[in-house]
Amino acid sequence: MGAGHGHRLHYHGHSVVHRAQAHHKVLALLGFMLVVVATPVTWYAVFAAYAVILLGVVAASRVPFGYLAKRMLIEVPFVVFAVLMPFVATGPRIQVLGLSLSEAGLIAAGGFLIKASLGVLGALTLAATTEVPDLLAGLQRLRIPAEMVAIASFMVRYLDVVTAEMSRMFTAMRSRGSDPRSPRHWPAMARTLGALFIRSYERGERVHLAMLSRGYTGRL
Amino acid sequence: MEPVLDVRGLTHAYPDGHRALRGVDLHVHAGERVALLGPNGAGKTTLVLHLNGILTPTSGSVAVSGLGVQKGNLAEIRRRVGVVFQDPDDQLFMGSVRDDVAFGPKNLGLRGAELDARVAEALTAVGMSEYADRPPHHLSFGQRRRVAVATVLAMHPEILVLDEPSSNLDPASRRELAEILRGLDVTVLMVTHDLPYALELCERAVILHDGVLAADGHTRDLFSDPELMAAHRLELPFGFDPRSVAR
Repeated sequence: MGAGHGHRLHYHGHSVVHRAQAHHKVLALLGFMLVVVATPVTWYAVFAAYAVILLGVVAASRVPFGYLAKRMLIEVPFVVFAVLMPFVATGPRIQVLGLSLSEAGLIAAGGFLIKASLGVLGALTLAATTEVPDLLAGLQRLRIPAEMVAIASFMVRYLDVVTAEMSRMFTAMRSRGSDPRSPRHWPAMARTLGALFIRSYERGERVHLAMLSRGYTGRL
Repeated sequence: MEPVLDVRGLTHAYPDGHRALRGVDLHVHAGERVALLGPNGAGKTTLVLHLNGILTPTSGSVAVSGLGVQKGNLAEIRRRVGVVFQDPDDQLFMGSVRDDVAFGPKNLGLRGAELDARVAEALTAVGMSEYADRPPHHLSFGQRRRVAVATVLAMHPEILVLDEPSSNLDPASRRELAEILRGLDVTVLMVTHDLPYALELCERAVILHDGVLAADGHTRDLFSDPELMAAHRLELPFGFDPRSVAR
């Protein structure tokens, strides 16, 4: 149903990073994230080094930086949270442009932003350079429990089905003079989303039924 | 000869007390193609879900080629009874067509070359061999329906149970599916509201109404009896005369 081939975060290519084994990439990303999170917030030079390494990987993958930057917008809610921190945190305060800000809050917000951005960019790079089936196979090779890999593969399989269902429901709402984006119609939209949840739940039951009918006994 | 499908005195009451089936007797013999007709809410889906043991009878029994549908036999029963559900998106859940068709036989314990052969054979039977490596959600609706049939054929069922096989298909896909079904060497029970489709594919039809079998006979004879049809809320499309269709 108009769904593009490959997933939305993937950027087709044949670079070194694209060709690397999926499970190596997952491990590398996990290791990188753990190190970033464990680094004290004020070691700015070290963070700069992390950023250089990460940008080096991005450059090697030949994924345009703008492509990743656009997708980094997912971070915005966290940015909003970070911006609030200097205002609400306690402790000694300093004046910046006439605003009274918490020093500890500023440092925490800065560290939070840096760590989050490195993490998001790293995850997006993995997503941009790895096809979903490879990623799932990689998780399997890492001995992630089969149930969890199965759940992830179901999610991938039904993402398009559910989003298509949602867009049909929104089209139906619009056709009856309601705008899902307008706050005035949020109650109606909330009910639509509730209905979508029920429908997806019921679809899950039907899928399970169809699996049982083909002799499924609990192991994929 | 022993019937492929032997349903005796089947009743089913849902937990809320609703009695969906009130004593159904149905025999289907090898090689037959039978249409299961009836208005919405007649109990057709409930009946289908008893055939492979998803639902358990309140009373009565179901047997497939002599094997009773009961706990302990369910794996073999589900091999013998291949159910194709109405929405292919419910049936196709793997990342590729090949994996999806392999899912059933794999559950039967098949591996390696034997499994590959089953998959290839089933996909060839529905004319979808070229699409083996495609993800199911990139196929057209008609193609997905055909793959759904293949997922069940790969288990070498003794009876193929189709729930509304022609629903949502464009006329060309509908005809292509009919040609595929007619070419299969398998017993078929087909739940449908598409009466011309039933007439085209099934020599015999049974009508389920209010949880009992209200009629059982030649499809053409049933369709030619206006009183019977009206009594069971069955209506032929405008201008369709079953007697005008060549035998």
